[in-house]
Amino acid sequence: MTESRFIRYLLLSVALLFLGLFLFVPLATVFTRALEKGGDVYWEAIRNPDTWSAIRLTVLASVIAVLLNLIFGVAAAWAIAKFDFIGKNILISLIDLPFAVSPVVSGLIYVLLFGLQGVWGPWLLEHNIKIIFAVPGIVLATTFVTFPFVARELIPLLQAQGTEEEEAAVVLGANGWQTFWKVTLPNMKWGLLYGLILTNARAMGEFGAVSVVSGHIRGETNTIPLHVEILYNEYNYAAAFAVASLLAALALVTLAIKSYVEWKSEL
Amino acid sequence: MKIQFKKHSVLPGFGITLGFTLLYLSLIVLIPLSGLFFKTSQISWNEFWHIATGERVLYSYKLTFGCSLIAATINMFFGLLVAWVLVRYPFPFKKIVDASIDLPFALPTAVAGIALTDLYSVNGWIGKLLDRAHIQAAFTPLGILIALTFIGLPFVVRVVQPVLQDLDKAEEEAALSLGAGRFSTFFRVILPEIWPAILTGFTLAFARALGEYGSVIFIAGNMPMKTEITTLLIVTKLEQYDYAGATAIAIVMLLVSFALLLTINVLQWWSRSRHTFTTAQELQ
Repeated sequence: MTESRFIRYLLLSVALLFLGLFLFVPLATVFTRALEKGGDVYWEAIRNPDTWSAIRLTVLASVIAVLLNLIFGVAAAWAIAKFDFIGKNILISLIDLPFAVSPVVSGLIYVLLFGLQGVWGPWLLEHNIKIIFAVPGIVLATTFVTFPFVARELIPLLQAQGTEEEEAAVVLGANGWQTFWKVTLPNMKWGLLYGLILTNARAMGEFGAVSVVSGHIRGETNTIPLHVEILYNEYNYAAAFAVASLLAALALVTLAIKSYVEWKSEL
Repeated sequence: MKIQFKKHSVLPGFGITLGFTLLYLSLIVLIPLSGLFFKTSQISWNEFWHIATGERVLYSYKLTFGCSLIAATINMFFGLLVAWVLVRYPFPFKKIVDASIDLPFALPTAVAGIALTDLYSVNGWIGKLLDRAHIQAAFTPLGILIALTFIGLPFVVRVVQPVLQDLDKAEEEAALSLGAGRFSTFFRVILPEIWPAILTGFTLAFARALGEYGSVIFIAGNMPMKTEITTLLIVTKLEQYDYAGATAIAIVMLLVSFALLLTINVLQWWSRSRHTFTTAQELQ
């Protein structure tokens, strides 16, 4: 029925060797390089005020992006999955659009709108509003690159569940909010959580798009990934890997929660 | 007969949720993206052509497309192998290995970039070994290839894995019992079934590699006409306040991405129709 034992072991070894070389060794490098110079150097790098301001900015931008895309994702999933209307497939394709755009181009489009030479640049300058090379630009770019995650998880999930339960609730006299909170939300909670952790991971780790709009002002418009880049380019490798290890740990936690949710929703 | 925009439903909230969806989509995605086309329309066709096909730009296309194509091909072979091993063979820590496939999606690109650079530079664990064989990886096109292989790794595995899982074993067993070898069963029975999925994964990995920035810029060395990828060139032009140059190259990349997105949709439609076709056959 199956391959000979020799072929099986051969295929397995090659596959694991490939994964080891491309996944596990780079991941291990981040942590070993971070701790190479000892715990003191590690904590010094983490406690540095510039690192802290990068952490604060990253958390702020991620929280806003996650909340906005969460509200959008739920609204879009409700409209698309619970109703039939013309142009639905086009709408779904448009929601996926940010995934097809390079991170660099995602940042560039906001520079073209709000930058000094941009469409609204002169107006913004006149009114003393800063978007590019400031926090609003970072929030916008982060929101753009994480735009589809929640909607994309929820739409197929709600489509598969159909509308019968909600219709029963409405016929029995529940209003729209009650139907949503008591029927739809419990049915989609795992999908929602899944979408949230993916959005958060991407938001905190985004580099290209944020790099274009940030201006790299130390202590002001640096996110954690940008701070890693600066430290690395200053040949401060121990500090760069120490800060990077925070993001690597976040990635591992994300993968663990993701696997847990997949396992839970299969039950 | 009047064509209705929306079918009747007893459920409330259609107007407000669709309205919000369209408003938010326009504000965050559609208006900013159309700004790119608006900006491009301000430069003449000749100027656009001159920028988009400049010597340094053309070289960056060649490098980016070439490395992305090779990386996607590597991922096509190894992705199929990994998916096969995960679906068919038992081994210890399989769940952890399975979960870790998504690492390149979860690990921020800048972290991947510095880790790979560290590993493959002359003093790194792997770089040292390669140096003995007189191969230089970091700061050469080979380094770009390594980074692009890393970030494209999950696509083929994740697209092929479920298809392989759902594959009807009856056909395989029939082929085997009729005397076909394991090898020819794979090429004649299994491969035609999973081929659309493999191609979808390949195209996804290729599309992702073309637009990649963060993981590549550390390991590439970024020498113009040698190791400068197209996304880096966009950033360089932007930093020199050459908005027209950055926009023109960005439009080229965007159009290629849209073409690939279309290809992926067609491939997925093909994959699905093939799948329903086989289940329809089973029902008969």
